Formats: sequence, C-alpha cells, structure tokens
Amino acid sequence: MTDSMNEAACARRAPSRHLLCLRINGTPHALEVEAWVSLLDLLRDRLGLTGTKKGCDHGQCGACTVLVDGRRINACLRLAAMCEDAEVTTIEGLARGDELHPLQRAFVAHDALQCGYCTPGQICSALGLQNEGQATTLDEVRELMSGNLCRCGAYPQIAAAVSEVVLQARER
Amino acid sequence: MNPFTLVASASLEQALSDFTPGSQWIAGGTNVLDLMKEGVARPARLIDITRLGLDRIEADECGGLHLGALAHNADTAWHPLVREGYPLLAAAILAGASPQLRNMATNGGNMLQRTRCVYFYDIGVPCNKRAPGSGCPAIGGLSRQHAVLGASDHCIATHPSDMCVALAALGAVVHVRSARGARAIAFADFHRLPGDEPQRDSTLGEGELITHIELPPAREFAAHSAYLKVRDRASYAFALVSVAAALAFDEAGGIRAARVALGGVAHKPWRSTEAEALLTGRQPSHENFALVADQLLRGATSQGRNDFKIPMAHRAIVRALATAAAGTALTAPNDGPGRPDLKDIA
Repeated sequence: MTDSMNEAACARRAPSRHLLCLRINGTPHALEVEAWVSLLDLLRDRLGLTGTKKGCDHGQCGACTVLVDGRRINACLRLAAMCEDAEVTTIEGLARGDELHPLQRAFVAHDALQCGYCTPGQICSALGLQNEGQATTLDEVRELMSGNLCRCGAYPQIAAAVSEVVLQARER
Repeated sequence: MNPFTLVASASLEQALSDFTPGSQWIAGGTNVLDLMKEGVARPARLIDITRLGLDRIEADECGGLHLGALAHNADTAWHPLVREGYPLLAAAILAGASPQLRNMATNGGNMLQRTRCVYFYDIGVPCNKRAPGSGCPAIGGLSRQHAVLGASDHCIATHPSDMCVALAALGAVVHVRSARGARAIAFADFHRLPGDEPQRDSTLGEGELITHIELPPAREFAAHSAYLKVRDRASYAFALVSVAAALAFDEAGGIRAARVALGGVAHKPWRSTEAEALLTGRQPSHENFALVADQLLRGATSQGRNDFKIPMAHRAIVRALATAAAGTALTAPNDGPGRPDLKDIA
C-alpha cells in the first residue's frame, strides 16, 4: 500500500477535523468541521443560513455567492477549514432589522426576479461589485455580474436594479 | 469528495518540507475542489499554502514586474503596475472566469488549472490524461472545444487559461521552488504538448511550488496590445480561439517587434517566434498580419467538429493585430472587439 493510500484510509477512519473561529454576519462562531466541508455546506447545513443557495456546486452559477472579508466569492469552492478568522457576509446579514438593504429594495422595485433562487447570490455579488468600485456603466455592470446566472432570464431587471444602486453610489 | 487530510503551512520552507507523494497544494481551490467533487482528482492530502506570503506584486530591480504566485487574479488584473505596464495581461485575466472566481483564484493556480475537455471530466469514460493508456474519446467525438495545433494521437485537449496566453506573449519566466532547490522556467517551456504523456500538463516536478512569475520590461508593447477572445457567449465562457497580440513601433511607424500567442487551440499557449519575426521592419497591414496568421497556423489539423477553428483563428489573429496597431484600449473587457452591442437590451 502506498503512503497516499494509507493516508486516505486513515482519513476515512478518523476524519480530518479542524477547529475554526470565524464571524458570520458579525456574529462570532467557534466550530469543528471536517476537512471536506465547503463554506456553503457549513452555512446551510450546520448553521441553518439557507439564504445562500446551492445551484451547481461547481462555481459555474453564482447562486452561492457570499462575501468573505468584503470580497465576493463562490462559497461552494471554498473549504470551511480554510476560513479561519474570516468575516463572512451572507444575504441574511444585509438588512438592518426590517429595513432592507438598498440593493434588496432595488430588486423589489425593479421586479428583478421570477423564481428567486439566484437572487441572494445576485445581491451579494452586486454588493461585492460595489465594494470593488470598477463598474462605471450599465455595460460594465452586465459584464462584471456575469458570474451570476438567472435561468428565469431576469437579466434586464437585475442589471437595472444593480446599476441603480452601484452606479449611483459611485456618483455620491 | 474523497476523504482527505488538510494541513496548513505557515511558511514556504514548511510547505516544501510538508510535501509528501500524493499531496496536492491548495490556494484558491477553484479548480482543485471542482476536480475533487467530480472524482477526477483524489488527493489523499491537501496542503493549504494561502498563508505563505507569496502574494506580492511589485516592480523588480530589472524594470520588470514580480507577480506573486499567490496574488489573486483579480488583484493582479486591477493592479496599477499591471494596468499601466502590461495592459495585455490585465485584459486577458479579465476575459476569463467570473469576478467571484478571479477573487479566489491565484496566478499560480491559474497556470496549473486543468483542461475542461468533457471527456477528461467524465470519470465514466476513458481519457489518456486522467487514466493514461485508456484512450481518447474526444478524437472522433465532441471535439468542438479541442486542439488544432500540437495535438497527438493520445490527446487533443486544450489549455483553458486566458492569463497564460498573455504571459506567453509577454515572455514571462516562472520561478519555482522545491525541497531540492530553486529554478526558473521560460514560459514557453512551462506547459507541454501532450505527446504520449498527456497526463503531464506542465514541466513542474512533484513537490515543486511556483513562487512567482517574472515579467520582463515591456514598456514598448504597452501602447499597442490587444486580447481578443472568441467564445460561445459574450462573457464567462472558455475561449474557442483567443489571441494575445502586442506590437512595438519604430519612429517611422514601422513594426520593430511583434508578439502573438494563441489560446483555445492547443495543449499550451501557442506562440511562434518565426511568425512574429515576419513583421519586423514591416508596415502594419492586413496583408502582413495575414502572413503571420499563415505561419502560426502552419500544420493545423482539425477533427471535423472543430474545423471552424482554423479559419476563425486566422481571422482572429489578423483582427487582434489590427486592434493592437490601432492602440491599446484601456476599457472594460466587454468593450473589446467582437462583442455584440447589448446597450439596447436593458
């Protein structure tokens, strides 16, 4: 048996467990996770934060987009155990009580969804886009939101909602 | 995913000594974890290298640029020294993947990403790259995305990176370390053609880690470069054909030096210094650019379903060189040539 097969056998018998401290929507968490748990599965299955959606689970659809230290990423392709000390923001962390985030209000105002499955990822991605500060036109918003697919095809309304908030925030 | 252990290294030296056969480095993880979820990669042990401090981007003492292997693709593309000195690299990076993936993926990981050949990804079918000696169903199969240059009877996969096409054109040097020492690899020698060992994408040895990429001074090319990517949708798709082109002019308006590299057509970024030399001392013209395309595509062969790639690549080379000659456009990637006008949709 090779060393790597030995190691795989050991991993099956005694899962590689990791102590993890991170903050999610401002709340500190101390957790123990197996090596193979994704940040997405940690959020949804362990912490009940099911606002973040699992679409493709392969980084192709953007439904799992969250912010880590203010940057938008695909939570399905990040191991939770590699998120030590991270500050994670999910869709649940955007509103202040009953007061929706401006991006959430814009999505409602522009009717920027049909089934809504992609919406949490779209909104978190738009917040990441705003933090990056690189979009100056509607076309740039469209290009820089291309990592979020919408199978209902609400793209015109999504681009309008995101542009209204992100481009106006730039002007202020 | 298969069960595995995960260790985090605190320093480069520790990472190199932590490496054991069967281990896999992980940083951004965007390709490694995808391959593990599909069962294509089954490493017993992952070594987290995100805290090694290899993320610097800074001018080097030779007038070139030091790109840390662990700098993120997004931070590289938007870095002022890259935007101003190497706009071709910025454009190529921004033409690839999505903003989320570019925020995660690192420069070293981008270079080491594996082909997106559908047969490579499907563990239910043979594939010489995944299971050496099992066969290549892409030959005679769904070969729309596949190679027209440098392929072998064993593999017709393409390298999927956009960033690497620009690095090839810019003559980058890859610096690697292992427990055995350090070495530098010319970019043209980093990736390899499939031959009879398609399981080897690059010349990187086991246990070797990319520390940084060195870009030689390229001020002369900054004002005249273009990255043209032709794909099945306007954004967030792999290239059918891509072209990184850069030109330097003399005072009389003649071409002093040219660089051209192709993506989407081979197992590695495709570059021919003989083709580039055809432009030295010439005027920028459609006819002269077509001579370069003829030379670059010499020996191209197709599989039926990817026949279109050869004439498409020819036209893309001419267009990219003409675009470069007209001057670098420092605009968002979606404003590049060939994009349909979407202004009226929203």
